[in-house]
Amino acid sequence: MRESKSVQGTLLATPAMLWMIGLLIVPLILIVVTSFGQRDPDGNVIYTFSLHNYIRLAGIKTNCGDGAAVCFDSLYLRILVRSVGLALATTLLTIVLGYPLAYYVARAPARRRNMLLFLILIPLWTNFVIRVYAWIRILRAFDLLYTPQAVLVGMVYEFIPFMILPMYTSLEKIDPSLYEAAADLGANSLRTFLKVTLPLSLPGVVAGTLLVFVPVMGTFVVSDILGGKQFELVGNLIQGQFLDARDPTFGSAASVILMGMTLIVMIIYTRKFGFGEEVAIT
Amino acid sequence: MAAIAVELRDVVKEFAEPEKKGEAFAAVNHVNLQINDGEFFSLLGPSGCGKTTSLRMIAGFELPTSGEVFIHGKAMGKTPPYQRPVNTVFQSYALFPHLTIFDNVAFGLQMKGVSQLEIKPRVQEALAMVRLPGYEKRKPKQLSGGQQQRVALARALVNRPEVLLLDEPLGALDLKLRKEMQLELKTLQREVGITFIYVTHDQEEALTMSDRIAVMNRGKLLQVGDSSGIYESPNCRFVADFIGDTNFITGKVHSRHGDTVSVELTSGVWVEAKSDQALNTGQSVTVAVRPEKMHIRSGTRLPNWFEGRVTNIVYIGTDTHYSVRLPGDQLVRVREQNDMPGYSRPLANEGDSVWVGFAVESARVLVE
Ligand SMILES: Nc1ncnc2c1ncn2[C@@H]1O[C@H](COP(=O)(O)OP(=O)(O)OP(=O)(O)O)[C@@H](O)[C@H]1O
Ligand SMILES: [Mg+2]
Repeated sequence: MRESKSVQGTLLATPAMLWMIGLLIVPLILIVVTSFGQRDPDGNVIYTFSLHNYIRLAGIKTNCGDGAAVCFDSLYLRILVRSVGLALATTLLTIVLGYPLAYYVARAPARRRNMLLFLILIPLWTNFVIRVYAWIRILRAFDLLYTPQAVLVGMVYEFIPFMILPMYTSLEKIDPSLYEAAADLGANSLRTFLKVTLPLSLPGVVAGTLLVFVPVMGTFVVSDILGGKQFELVGNLIQGQFLDARDPTFGSAASVILMGMTLIVMIIYTRKFGFGEEVAIT
Repeated sequence: MAAIAVELRDVVKEFAEPEKKGEAFAAVNHVNLQINDGEFFSLLGPSGCGKTTSLRMIAGFELPTSGEVFIHGKAMGKTPPYQRPVNTVFQSYALFPHLTIFDNVAFGLQMKGVSQLEIKPRVQEALAMVRLPGYEKRKPKQLSGGQQQRVALARALVNRPEVLLLDEPLGALDLKLRKEMQLELKTLQREVGITFIYVTHDQEEALTMSDRIAVMNRGKLLQVGDSSGIYESPNCRFVADFIGDTNFITGKVHSRHGDTVSVELTSGVWVEAKSDQALNTGQSVTVAVRPEKMHIRSGTRLPNWFEGRVTNIVYIGTDTHYSVRLPGDQLVRVREQNDMPGYSRPLANEGDSVWVGFAVESARVLVE
């Protein structure tokens, strides 16, 4: 009985496992392997074990103009820092701007609530690239097009629904009688918010952060369209290496670094806050 | 005369009618009520009668549409809940899930700015009072329903409120635990001497715990009195019916001598019953008699005794219940105690013709 059940479970999990292996694990291995390879003059990948792509990413050069043996170029490091900075800024802004809205929707009467959620979701029906193009005209009117601020605006606009929805979910789950209990025990609205609402909605903020930070780290469309060429992110770098420079080995190395950095930030973050579930009951 | 802890003066609370737009219905309808200091006072009534709404107006979660709530003589007006000298034990407990039991209980003291030094012993004292010492570090989800209930109680009592409001605090517990907690609550209330306002729809619970009970129905306050007063002298049919078991016999007022009223039943026979209300001759009334105050004999001709036929007998150990059909087709229930020595055999068999009656003092005349 028990055995057949576990066999059944394995069978049921098989399609998903195959999917994960075929479309996630295998490409991941390929990228890591490629990142250690070298590109021959024709643009083909030679599979070796060379760290030269990583050395290049770190900015250490051997063919320096002034005759020195090694010199340092911070180009790629600046791109990496810019990507992390943008991701952090976007996450922070979506929290700050999205929280009041999520709170408002969660406390609205049930019928209005659905309407408001609907309004938040409507923009997602239109293709993302088209909506970013719409921003070109708006930003140009404010003389902001092709600036870092333009990219930030575009990012926040793009990702704020993914922050609002999980925050709304955890705010909406808070039993209203808890607000009354807090008031009953002498807490005014501000203290109720700080002692009850905020801690109980933290799981939503954490989940939203994971949903926003990770994709922003790898994005390249918004920066491409709204930032111009001078605002390059890791995503743009990778895209350029694969499509324009035709150097998949360097592109792969950049991808590995991107994944590594995202992973590190997320590990630090989830160590502190968990994954956005059951934070309340540790 | 004890000081008055809480007073409702002509309080009305209207809510928008959910079906009909723009119309309002009164969940609490012109209620006047005085609750004494140190009293265990129960608000009793069926579901939806406005008990919770009344309590919430005392706590300040709802504001009266008209009328005024006084706490220790002070008009509450629009005073927010966090400034009222009352605390509430919620039906759902409403414990903060993210805080430990200690922090839950300490919440009110922290809000009042009590020093950390004083908070610890007071929290421990409160937890000891509800017999939960040593649970400080747990989270509410790690406690059973009964334990959570005690924490909710401790969280309110630790603030030493002037009045404690309890909204069906035992509603979620099983019967055995509920009985235990009833006794505990009552003992606790005597110990701390705080005024308890206790909402329940369980008449037995109200009768066993309360110093005084207010019976409500459809937003109206029907009767206020102590347990025996409410049970023995209900002032209307609803109260007599809601609290305990009652036989209702309908008839018309025939004549009156002092507080004794003669009522002519539809079958033409007369009953005598007590009333302190003004009545008119010929007025339609109901005579209410508790089944345990009715008796069965094999033959007698005293007033208030009628011949009837036994239609059903139920033996339940301590008592035997008889259903008897009186002339005029009125069905009454009679409860006889099985307190004779030895085996109690029924006083009659099904289908037997018997005499059923009651003392004049046991029957009350009720106007609808
Ligand atoms: N916020 C509200 N809006 C509209 N109607 C309400 C509101 N609160 C209560 N009511 C209505 O007022 C009436 C009285 O409600 P209340 O909660 O006081 O009843 P209750 O006596 O506590 O009943 P129960 O024993 O079921 O808890 C009910 O008809 C209820 O539907
Ligand atoms: Mg209620």
